[in-house]
Amino acid sequence: MVYALCFVLFMIGLYCALTKKNVIKIVIGLGIMEYAVNLFLPLLGYRKNGTAPIMDRATDPLEFLATAVDPLPQALVLTSIVIGLGVTAMAIAICIRLYEKYGTYDITEMRRLRG
Amino acid sequence: MKGMTVIVRTIARWVKVFIFLYGCLITITGHLTPGGGFAGGVIIAASFILITLAYGKELALRQLPLRAAAGLDSVGALIFLVVALFGIGFGGIFFANWIQRRFPGGSFHLLSSGAIPVYNIAICLKVGASLFITFVIMSVLRIVVQKDGSFRMVQDEEEE
Amino acid sequence: MSILALPVMVALPLGFAFLIPIVARRAKAVADSLANIATLGLVAFAVLLLPVRGVYVIGGWKPPIGISWVLDGYGNLMLLVVAVVSFASTLYSVRYMERYTASHRYYSLFLLMVTGMNGVIITGDLFNLFVFLEIASISSYALVAFGCEQDELEASFKYLVLGSIGSTLVLLGIAFVYGATGYLNMASISQGLASAPRSPLLILAFVFFIVGFGIKAALVPFHPWLPDAHPSAPAPISAMLSGVLIKALGVYALTRVLFNVIGVSESLAIVLIAVGVLSMTVGVFLAVGQWDFKRLLAYHSISQMGYVILGIGMGGYILAVGGRVEVAALAMLGGIFHLANHAVFKSLLFLCSGSIEMATGTRQLKEMGGLGERMPVTRATCTIASLSIAGVPPLNGFWSKLIIIIAAFQASVDHPWFIALAAITIIVSFVTLISFLKVLRYAFLGALSQALQQVKESPALMCVALVILAVFCVGMGLLLVPPVRETVLEPAVRALMGGLGYAGAVNAAVAGL
Repeated sequence: MVYALCFVLFMIGLYCALTKKNVIKIVIGLGIMEYAVNLFLPLLGYRKNGTAPIMDRATDPLEFLATAVDPLPQALVLTSIVIGLGVTAMAIAICIRLYEKYGTYDITEMRRLRG
Repeated sequence: MKGMTVIVRTIARWVKVFIFLYGCLITITGHLTPGGGFAGGVIIAASFILITLAYGKELALRQLPLRAAAGLDSVGALIFLVVALFGIGFGGIFFANWIQRRFPGGSFHLLSSGAIPVYNIAICLKVGASLFITFVIMSVLRIVVQKDGSFRMVQDEEEE
Repeated sequence: MSILALPVMVALPLGFAFLIPIVARRAKAVADSLANIATLGLVAFAVLLLPVRGVYVIGGWKPPIGISWVLDGYGNLMLLVVAVVSFASTLYSVRYMERYTASHRYYSLFLLMVTGMNGVIITGDLFNLFVFLEIASISSYALVAFGCEQDELEASFKYLVLGSIGSTLVLLGIAFVYGATGYLNMASISQGLASAPRSPLLILAFVFFIVGFGIKAALVPFHPWLPDAHPSAPAPISAMLSGVLIKALGVYALTRVLFNVIGVSESLAIVLIAVGVLSMTVGVFLAVGQWDFKRLLAYHSISQMGYVILGIGMGGYILAVGGRVEVAALAMLGGIFHLANHAVFKSLLFLCSGSIEMATGTRQLKEMGGLGERMPVTRATCTIASLSIAGVPPLNGFWSKLIIIIAAFQASVDHPWFIALAAITIIVSFVTLISFLKVLRYAFLGALSQALQQVKESPALMCVALVILAVFCVGMGLLLVPPVRETVLEPAVRALMGGLGYAGAVNAAVAGL
């Protein structure tokens, strides 16, 4: 059920990235899409009544393995968040330069390349 | 870039040290508690960005010049790569945890798990420097309102 | 040279990419020489690693817990192609990038892009593939916008949005596959998928892979970013983008995932053939009417990628329906050979267009004319490249196109509708020939106009780069000679045709470690 909600969020982000005319809104749409996938990934490691996958001196290894949630998707998501940060920073930098050159944030006005 | 009011400036001056220390804590105990290099780097960058927002860009750049930040950036990445390459020399394979094999610490101690704290510190340097540079560079251009109400984008050297 | 030298392919460009901003901030010559040393080293290592196959486990953690890097015949060929094209591009950019500032940042981004591509080629782990895909993609977004002119920024933004959507779709596909099998290692995933039932979620994941990698490979209908991004980028970057990036990130990753991890079935092969035919025809017919030289080359890139996907798809289809293995091998040989050929002659064409643009200041074919007598080296190499892409014997493009057509004819004995594929291929070849004859006539023949009286030949280093690639164009027909074919092309074909045998080979190699 929660997975379907993540997919709905992904579709909202995709709609925003494809139909909006303001360049900044397109970047926000891309961000929403990436966050939807970042939300979906740790949910894959969920285990009913699971505990956080952090050990300290008191935990028993075997019991830990039986009840902890899967930590691998959490590591994947950390990497994915960093990648999303890089793309967003680049996109915003390009948007700033686009405003400087074209004087507008509207993509329907940036039609110099066509054909 | 002008900066903010007296209240914000005073609090920022007091709080930035704690933020910086917190970032260092999260980085150094990255192999024991959640966090690690990236989260610590972001928090350290946040302390510098706080100074930039509160005092203006010139004072922040006096504390950490752009050249030094770019150098820290590349040095962090090179430390990461060099430690990984030493894994070939000492451990026989790329990225091998050679520090763990030579100086094994006890479990759950601060100085344990080999090369992972070194990787955390390298990533913290890189991410912190990168985020700070990105923020400062993006604030070079800003939109000013001219006399007739239209907008214009100026670089930092010209005033309105 | 053993498999233990494999990390060099990633660590060498990565190390130089971070070394150049520290060392070469003031002196441009230091940055140039460091970058060229890095790419020359990559060429040397790629040649030395040609006979090597094996698995390299990172950090000593064995799969399925650890990440493994796998080198097989297909990877060897791609590494060599990427290394040669990137060496020619760095040699060319020594003089070409003098018009832009901040050359140390350019080389840094360039070497990061090469790191990403090498990583995609040698990795054996799906999430590692995604990380390297993103490294290469983000560097290329920045490089397309390098000059910060209006065109470049608009093209880069379009490329960024579409490329990000593609990468996010790939990540979503990886998430679905991880949820279904619980592994990220390609060998373990293929074994897990073979035993798992094909639920609709898994089919959706495969569709996400095709769409995501298809956006990176600029296959129709995911191509709109390419005709804007490739012309607007600086010429050596256009050569890298069109020559190796859409191949390493798009076609290589797609075929690796489809053939070795998922296992090609009849429906997947039909999708590949359909996309290939669509790309071929749409690309070439949109290219014929173009008057901007680089935009014409970009549309031809789409069309030639269609050739590659068609060849590989035909081979996959014949394998999936249980047809004759030798015909399937022939089709795949044509596809992979065309991949390597296209990398060489398309990057040569883009570098020539950069030379012409640097000399005359324009990219419009109607404003050029009669450059042949002033720029002899550029004319010779551009003629060689144009005849290669049009498929004129004995240059390399002819052989790969001929192999694809022969394979289609041979397969039409069993599957009669392959005749239509062969016919479409021949028609598209003719239209490509027409298009490039137009280019040669307008650019080099004719009278030298008044405005272009002062053009001279490009600087020496740029000509050296052009000549290197032209020599490869002429000589790559020799790759079909049986002894050379055994070392370079046959292992690549065998790696793809092995399909799901990839998992068995990787597990055997890991168990032997």
